[in-house]
Amino acid sequence: MTVALFLGALGLGLAGSLAGATLPARRRVFAAAALSSMACVVAFVGAGEVLLSGRSGAFSSSEILPLTGVNLLLDPLGALFVATTAVVGLAASCYSVGYAGNSLRSRSAAGLLPLFLTTLLLVPAAASVATFMVAWELMALTSLMLLLVEHRHRAEAREAAQWYAAMTHVGAAAILVGLVLLVGHRGGESFADIAANAGKLSPATRSLGFVLVLLGCASKAGAVPLHVWLPRAHPEAPSPVSALMSGAMVNLGIYGIIRVGDDLLGGGELWWWLVVLGLGAASAFFGALSAAASTDLKRLLAYSTIDNLGLVLIGVGAAGALAATGHHRLAALAMLAALFHLVNHSAFKGCLFLAAGAVERATGIRDLDRLGGLVHRLPATTALFGLGALSISALPPFNGFASEWLLIQSLLHGFASRSPATVVALLGGVAALALTGGLTAAAFVKALGIGFLGQPRSPAAASAHEVAPSMVAGMALLAVPCVLLGVAPGLAMAILHRATESGLGTSSPGSLHHGLGLDLAGLDGAIEPVLLVAALLSALGLAWGVVRIVARRGARSAAAWGCGRESQTSRMEYTATSFAEPLQRVFADVLRPDHDLDVTHVAESRYVIRAMSYSGQVDDVIERSWYRPVIGLVKAWGSVARRAQNGSVHRYLAYSFAALVVILVVLA
Amino acid sequence: MITSSIVRRLLALRSLVARPVTEQRPRPTGPPHVVRFPGSVQLRHVDVGSCNGCEIEIASAFGPHYDASRFGARLVASPRHADGVLVTGVVTRNMAGPLRRTLDAVPRPFAVVACGDCAINGGIFAGAYGVECDLEQIAKADVAIPGCPPDPTAITEALRGLTGR
Amino acid sequence: MIPAVEATGHAAAGVAAVGLGPSIAASVLQVVAVLFGGPLLVGLMAKVRARAEGRIGAPIRQPLLDVRKLMTKERVHAEHASVVLSIAPFVVVASAAVAVAIAPLVATVPALHHGADLFVVVSLLLMGSVALALAGLDPGTAFGGMGSSRAMAIGALAEPALLVAVLALSIQAGTSNLPAIVSATLAHPAWVASPQRLLALVALVVVVLAETGRIPVDNPSTHLELTMIHEAMVLEYAGPELALVTLGEAMRLGLLFSLVANLFFPWGIATTASVPRLLLGLAVLGAKTAAIAVAVSLLEIQTAKLRLFRVPELLAGGFVLAVLAVITGLVTR
Repeated sequence: MTVALFLGALGLGLAGSLAGATLPARRRVFAAAALSSMACVVAFVGAGEVLLSGRSGAFSSSEILPLTGVNLLLDPLGALFVATTAVVGLAASCYSVGYAGNSLRSRSAAGLLPLFLTTLLLVPAAASVATFMVAWELMALTSLMLLLVEHRHRAEAREAAQWYAAMTHVGAAAILVGLVLLVGHRGGESFADIAANAGKLSPATRSLGFVLVLLGCASKAGAVPLHVWLPRAHPEAPSPVSALMSGAMVNLGIYGIIRVGDDLLGGGELWWWLVVLGLGAASAFFGALSAAASTDLKRLLAYSTIDNLGLVLIGVGAAGALAATGHHRLAALAMLAALFHLVNHSAFKGCLFLAAGAVERATGIRDLDRLGGLVHRLPATTALFGLGALSISALPPFNGFASEWLLIQSLLHGFASRSPATVVALLGGVAALALTGGLTAAAFVKALGIGFLGQPRSPAAASAHEVAPSMVAGMALLAVPCVLLGVAPGLAMAILHRATESGLGTSSPGSLHHGLGLDLAGLDGAIEPVLLVAALLSALGLAWGVVRIVARRGARSAAAWGCGRESQTSRMEYTATSFAEPLQRVFADVLRPDHDLDVTHVAESRYVIRAMSYSGQVDDVIERSWYRPVIGLVKAWGSVARRAQNGSVHRYLAYSFAALVVILVVLA
Repeated sequence: MITSSIVRRLLALRSLVARPVTEQRPRPTGPPHVVRFPGSVQLRHVDVGSCNGCEIEIASAFGPHYDASRFGARLVASPRHADGVLVTGVVTRNMAGPLRRTLDAVPRPFAVVACGDCAINGGIFAGAYGVECDLEQIAKADVAIPGCPPDPTAITEALRGLTGR
Repeated sequence: MIPAVEATGHAAAGVAAVGLGPSIAASVLQVVAVLFGGPLLVGLMAKVRARAEGRIGAPIRQPLLDVRKLMTKERVHAEHASVVLSIAPFVVVASAAVAVAIAPLVATVPALHHGADLFVVVSLLLMGSVALALAGLDPGTAFGGMGSSRAMAIGALAEPALLVAVLALSIQAGTSNLPAIVSATLAHPAWVASPQRLLALVALVVVVLAETGRIPVDNPSTHLELTMIHEAMVLEYAGPELALVTLGEAMRLGLLFSLVANLFFPWGIATTASVPRLLLGLAVLGAKTAAIAVAVSLLEIQTAKLRLFRVPELLAGGFVLAVLAVITGLVTR
């Protein structure tokens, strides 16, 4: 039944892709969206069945792919990722109906979006190296082509696509080499065979294989320092694609690490997981800081994705480290916290990206310094963005708080481990988590307060109109889990338990009670968000009632107080750049902002200045200091190699002859 | 070095246990004002064109010797937080608009306190070229404190009238 | 010591199982106590400062008189503001009230004590800060934006120190459940003098100064907008809304002082919900928080406000001390 549902979902997705590519312009977007929505619903039902019953579904066929065949296995871990992708996909499909402007209406875009969604559903179910790599590459290619949809209008889209193409293919190559190493000599390229043969490989091979897979998957998940494609690619893609990339595609990087490290290699060495934890801590801090310093709305959200995936990596690393040192219950708790945060992140980040896309559609602006006052013009979008922003800042009673609490608890109790290396790494993880909390809140107060509140800072923002109902429906669909999983996180615990067990392989019955709140049985710690919500609402109601009774005088509307100034225009408001300036100044050594001051003197004297021009920007410091030199080296090597190409046929024939001689000598 | 800084700090705290230098609560000299804000009044001071003589007396009134804060009065920064606007000086051309906007920003009910002869009737600057109008034409003064400059005791007494303490 | 994972029930010396009625009564008592006591603490600090300046100063109950008068004024709404400006004061008061209701201030058995996690209280305080920061940005004035920017920057640096200091306490007690930490400290008096507690105390004091906006981080009685951090966000509020914001801020101050008192010196707190114990707990809480308020006021008198761009150095120092507290705790385990 599960297999039928899952294959049906894949088929519907392909049908949607076909519909998008062949139907006439007026119908293609709607038909593609309808078919991919149905695919998502069917996939969700199938994944739900696997998660609730605990039974995996398998399918294999040797005809679809030549030489290797297709091998699919949907176990609870993969089903969790499929279910998450399905929800985000449903919202994105619904949203794309209203969003489709000129760019998404073309045949290629309308055909590629359902195909991208199908590959996202396929990757977690792949059960052999070939299936996995084919699905992974298809996912990369379709997202790359979707990224290029608007390249005619914006040069940044082309540049973003170049970075994305290079990094994702290097990552895919690393994963391929790593998986091939793990297959070893004995053959059997299905995941089951790899897991069975893992013990026979030498530790060095296992470590090398894991490290290569880690590099590729961490790059996909946006781990610092392999993240530089993310802040370029996610903003430039059309918004439904951005939501899918941030809400579903980056998750698959985590999936790869868990699948290979915990499932296939059976836990592995301690130092692997300490490296993962370190990557997570660095990503969390750097992502949160860069988000706090960003003034482009979608770039801010992209850095925030890096931050949250860093937190998930901290959880995954802690789980692996604790399992490697023998604390299996605590490891299960950490893994559960990481998976819960991953699911929550997909919900609120998807909602945030769709809302940012709605703003871009309504105003044409992504720059926070030119937005403002949207709360009056786009009330629904503002409310849904606000909900997402409050969730991501980990405020009760939303879902971000529940998963961050669980993560902190798992790290807190993880300090019981006797291994000093683990304890030091956990300390780093805790410090990074603490630092990101406040920085994320600052970043999203900036995004919400400057972008949506206040007065409009540009004519486009002042004349915006609320977006189409299908777009609002898409955002609202993702807002529901933000509230539901926040108020009653216990509802998701049974499902997450199954997924954790399937991932870590340890069964840890009853380490969390299945009420509405969260209760760590055996460890002292619990939260009851339902009661908290009830208390907050009653306190709000009481305060409002008291004010109504006691304060008898009415209300009056007046101009905002600006020290008696004559005109209070939007030029006097704080901008996003000024809002972020104190934090930027404090962390100037980390961010290294770029300042340029140009002074033009009067011809007659150097002491009198005619004009001054100042420009400052915060670009990605890792890209500037690590990647550009490497790119420069590669270019230099390329120009050196070009000297060997002088166009003479005789020289090329001589090269071929020399190569042949060398091969014959080596073979002999 | 360390001992001298410790001694200095201890000397600074000596005033905590010593008697305050504030004068005794003065006997009211005139008829009681209408008490509008029992126990607590916050004032927003607006200098519409004064010579700063009244400001020095107001600062003195809130200083340690006269201490108007023991009667519940306080100066605040925003007119939205204020119950009264303490106007000093004659209404000059440039400050007429800001004064109007300040009065508009104060939540009702509020009191206008005209402090000093300039605020009451123009004082020595009445009819000068920079003067826009009389304070009466913008807002009726609820409390008037005559004097050029008024004694801090008079200022304190006017504030006591507003708070009833 | 961290208990073995397989142990069941509360790790520390048991938090007594108490019926719903008495625990709700304890919570209500706490809320009422902090509702009136918070402004009294603010008044006490102002009185100490006045005496140090050689003047009599306003009476201690002056903030309560101010709130009562503000309730009789009209509400003024800025033209371009949205519903955020109107809702924020209620959110500040409600979040502070709920945090006070679940934290162990007068008794270790308030309502919801099973879910009274230290991180829940920290997040409720963050909720109030975020609401106020958004309200500062809503009217679209320059001062509001400035206040929000500075408050969020300082909050972003105070949060890490707070979280790690809280973690140091949680590691020692084996749990982050607040009543359990207080009960555990009562059961192990020697913990109070342990190095990790002392380091965490210093870090928490720095954070409390930042969160309540006292000197050396912020001057609560300044009139110069360019030196304002917290005041600048509330420049637009009038009448009842200003009263709510003032009350909410005073309740946060009361809560933070009470938490510092009870986490580091819990003797006197009621462990059951009987009336005599509750009244004793209330009196002891009043005495402890009054002592802390006087101490903070004396510190304020002796120190000048730090320049805005030096405040992060102070908060970074607090963060380092908190990390040291955690390390000390792990090493001496």
